[in-house]
Amino acid sequence: MAERVRKAFSVRRLPGFTTVTMICFAALYAPIIVIVLYSFNAGDSVALWEGFSLDWYAVAAQNEQVQDATLRSLLIALWASGIATTLATMAALGTTRTAKFPGSTLIYVLINQPLMVPEIVTAVALLIFFASIKVATGYSGLAYLILAHAAFCVPFAYLPIRARLEGMDRVLEIAAADLYATPWQTFRRVTLPLVAPGIVAGAMLAFVISLDDVIITEFVKSAGQDTLPTYMLGQLRRAVTPEVNAISTALLGLTILLLTAFFILTGRNDKSA
Amino acid sequence: MTLEAGQPRSLEAEATNRRIRRNWLLSLPAILLLLVGASGPLLIVLVYSFLKPGDFSGVVWEPSFNAWFQILFSRDIFDDTVGLADAHLTIFWRSVRLSLATTLITLLLGLPTAYFIATRSGRQRTFWLFLITIPFWTNLLIRTFAILEMLRNEGIVNNSLMSLGLIAEPIQILYTDTAVLIGMAYVYLPLMVLPLYAAIERLDFRLVEAGYDLYANRLQVFRKVILPIIKPGIVAGSILVFVPSLGAYVTPRVLGGGKNMMIGNFIELQFGQGRNWPLGSSLSILLLLIVMAALLFYVRASSREEPHG
Repeated sequence: MAERVRKAFSVRRLPGFTTVTMICFAALYAPIIVIVLYSFNAGDSVALWEGFSLDWYAVAAQNEQVQDATLRSLLIALWASGIATTLATMAALGTTRTAKFPGSTLIYVLINQPLMVPEIVTAVALLIFFASIKVATGYSGLAYLILAHAAFCVPFAYLPIRARLEGMDRVLEIAAADLYATPWQTFRRVTLPLVAPGIVAGAMLAFVISLDDVIITEFVKSAGQDTLPTYMLGQLRRAVTPEVNAISTALLGLTILLLTAFFILTGRNDKSA
Repeated sequence: MTLEAGQPRSLEAEATNRRIRRNWLLSLPAILLLLVGASGPLLIVLVYSFLKPGDFSGVVWEPSFNAWFQILFSRDIFDDTVGLADAHLTIFWRSVRLSLATTLITLLLGLPTAYFIATRSGRQRTFWLFLITIPFWTNLLIRTFAILEMLRNEGIVNNSLMSLGLIAEPIQILYTDTAVLIGMAYVYLPLMVLPLYAAIERLDFRLVEAGYDLYANRLQVFRKVILPIIKPGIVAGSILVFVPSLGAYVTPRVLGGGKNMMIGNFIELQFGQGRNWPLGSSLSILLLLIVMAALLFYVRASSREEPHG
């Protein structure tokens, strides 16, 4: 339609915008690319290239602290995203498959609260709260971290699930109910299969968010409970090592993998919905 | 898509509707988790801000407004005179200044980028959007760390400036406010681009065409046609960048070193070495109030806008 105009000049183009965009993307990617490249550096310098090697990945993989932190990160992220996704699915059903009621805005605000409060404030609040519980109960295991992560992961799981539920036509669910399916049967046979891509997307977002968290983990963890990000933060205080580059690159790879899956999944949603 | 759309057509449907009315109970577990893991503890912070600090850490359960007083004023230990707390004001001013500057930089870079992406066709658009999303989901620490690498004295920025002959010796960028600003602009840029993109994507280009037809030049069209329509996106992006900038903790800590603190680091200090939990609590509540004010401003600004296109 605009083809006719584009020959003379495009209404969609503004002078200089493409240049700024390219600068923008170069600036966004250059630092990340440097990190990735130098994780394959043979030397121990992060400024001087001394040839390709996978040594730093081996060093990182053999470091017991890194092994522990990786396992702990994965354990927390799995539990937290599992809990958050389950509760978020229930909450999304509860807020979309319901008649309007007075408290609905309040529920919405509560669920999205972690997105609105600065993370440092939540971190400090949890520090105070859990510190007194730790003293009172004597328990200082991973449950605090899992609980905290699950809480701030809820909105990240909730939003895609809710979006999916809102985009779904209710005709099938109503038809199932009309055909004497119990609420559970309707959910299990009709709603759940339809909402599944939203749930998987929400779970993946929650997983990545939990895996990446620094601030809340740093404040809530007890001694010896480093996750990968807090371990890296601790390392930065001493010296910059290619080992941290290697860990960063590995984490980056995992994130891109999950993101690509997420995009494919939600992309397919758009077509079917 | 609301329930009202499906009018009860039979007794069974009516029964379904009645059942559906209790469905909100399904939200209870999530609410409970958030009350324990997020909202509830905030109330404790509020209470703590009105107590006295304990000797080593924690609080003494005696009511006091001292923490709120300490935010702005300090009492001289010798002659008991009250003066403005300069150190605190410096930190507040730095936080506000750097957050505003971050918002401005990301807007100047993000607006053309979002415009560029929104004016691509289908598949290309998905590709560029994906490129913006990768840094967005990359660990904040990794991105800050990447900037640290770039800005070091032996880093790429200094090396290339030196090999170009622009400078003779490396300039100290790291551990300055400039480093914090660069870092924050870098990590929050995607937060600006995404809402701007959403706004520009909805822009009706027939209006732009009409502007050109009426002999407006590019600048006039941009200022008089495009800018007013995408204003909600600009407001949304600015809030999304300003709010986390103001509460930033990791970026100032890694790139600013110990001296170039922002409010987030100052709050942490009160719970660590500072051993003044009530002051840390009152600062947290203050930060929260500022953020809430910004969000409220956003909600009011966006609800007043009529939908375009």
